[in-house]
Amino acid sequence: MNEHGVTLLLGTVTTIKVLVCSMILYVIISMIFGLMRLSKNLAIQGIATVYIEFFRGTSLLVQLFWAYYVLPFFGISLEAFTAGVVALGLNFGAYGAEIVRAGILAVPKGQWEAAHALNFTPAKRIKRIIIPQIFPIILPPAANLTVELLKATALVALVTVVDLTFEAKQINSITWLSAQCFGTALLIYYIIARFALVPFLRWLEVLAARKVGKERI
Amino acid sequence: MEMGWRWDFTIEILPQMAIATLNTILAAGVGYAIALVVGLFFLLGQRTPFRIINWINREIVEFIRSTPLLIQLFFVYFVLPQFGITLSAWICGMITIGLHFGTYLSEVYRGALEGVSKTQWEACRALNFSTLYTYRRIVLPQAFPIAIPGMGNYLVGIFKDTPLLSTIGVAELFHAATAVGGYNYRYLEPYTLVGIIFLTLSIPAAMWVRKLENDVNKAQGKIKK
Repeated sequence: MNEHGVTLLLGTVTTIKVLVCSMILYVIISMIFGLMRLSKNLAIQGIATVYIEFFRGTSLLVQLFWAYYVLPFFGISLEAFTAGVVALGLNFGAYGAEIVRAGILAVPKGQWEAAHALNFTPAKRIKRIIIPQIFPIILPPAANLTVELLKATALVALVTVVDLTFEAKQINSITWLSAQCFGTALLIYYIIARFALVPFLRWLEVLAARKVGKERI
Repeated sequence: MEMGWRWDFTIEILPQMAIATLNTILAAGVGYAIALVVGLFFLLGQRTPFRIINWINREIVEFIRSTPLLIQLFFVYFVLPQFGITLSAWICGMITIGLHFGTYLSEVYRGALEGVSKTQWEACRALNFSTLYTYRRIVLPQAFPIAIPGMGNYLVGIFKDTPLLSTIGVAELFHAATAVGGYNYRYLEPYTLVGIIFLTLSIPAAMWVRKLENDVNKAQGKIKK
């Protein structure tokens, strides 16, 4: 059981790598597409809407397999890890874009008008006035989404990324100690979520609230 | 291997995919029905006056909600036989999906019940209604519309998670696509078809949920006036 412990640990490291990479990717994508969704330019808005509806309408697993098994048909061969991160990032980026959009819309209109009255350029208005204010609004739903992302990283095992789920399955097929290996894997996911990811996200929420002078009640 | 899209192959596999789609819809429907009921049990556990039960219930819900459905599927599928319970992949899949989404639905129910204002309860107490009568005639009719959007979202969510069932061998759409793709060494058409089928089913469903949500909001606005 000792050697398997090391294997599971290595798998956990891969899972965390996948999580961190796809988290960065999805945050960037949701920012860009959330803003695009609110653009006055109909073409830009249309692109964002199609992207969001497409990735929210199809299943993540289908997108993963598409990225890994179908893209080579078009001459794009991605490594399993890259394909996994890209599919996760694109999928969660679509959900995140909707959160960003709702967050921007939730900033009081007076803020826009005041920035306008002070003669800020549109870019500066977004960057200095609106964006800092959307964080306290979007972080709670984004935190939920990020926990969903952690759970979704398990799927990359199915496109042969050697993560925690993959290792658990592998050990299961060697030892047939199903309860132990899947139970341990479940516990590890739970511990990552409950004692690392969620506290980190709460900390971000507190930080964002403090930055705009709102103490959490 | 021939590159590019092949229509003849697409048409050849279409009947097989259509049958598998029915299985997917069936799986989503049955899983959802179980989840609706399981959610009620978790809700009960949350609202009983016994602190210990509340606490156990909350920990179970938290655990199920923060671990991947995929491993839960493996767990149920591989571990139950160790205890002498051998169930088919279908049943395992339905149980797991029911449990997993039941925890989410219990949160939806809870939110809806808490959305009914406290004064409604107080009024019922003042009128000397029994608890059961209060639930049946006053609280639930008001809570239900609040719960509809959340319930609808999870129906779509379950539908989109059914491909996971293919990993334990349930013959749904994704499973069929993988089988067809493996048999013919062509994954382009089967997987693309799966994507298209999912889009054509889940976008109207999502739109319908959004419409329901709007209707509910409107109806509630009317109540406030």
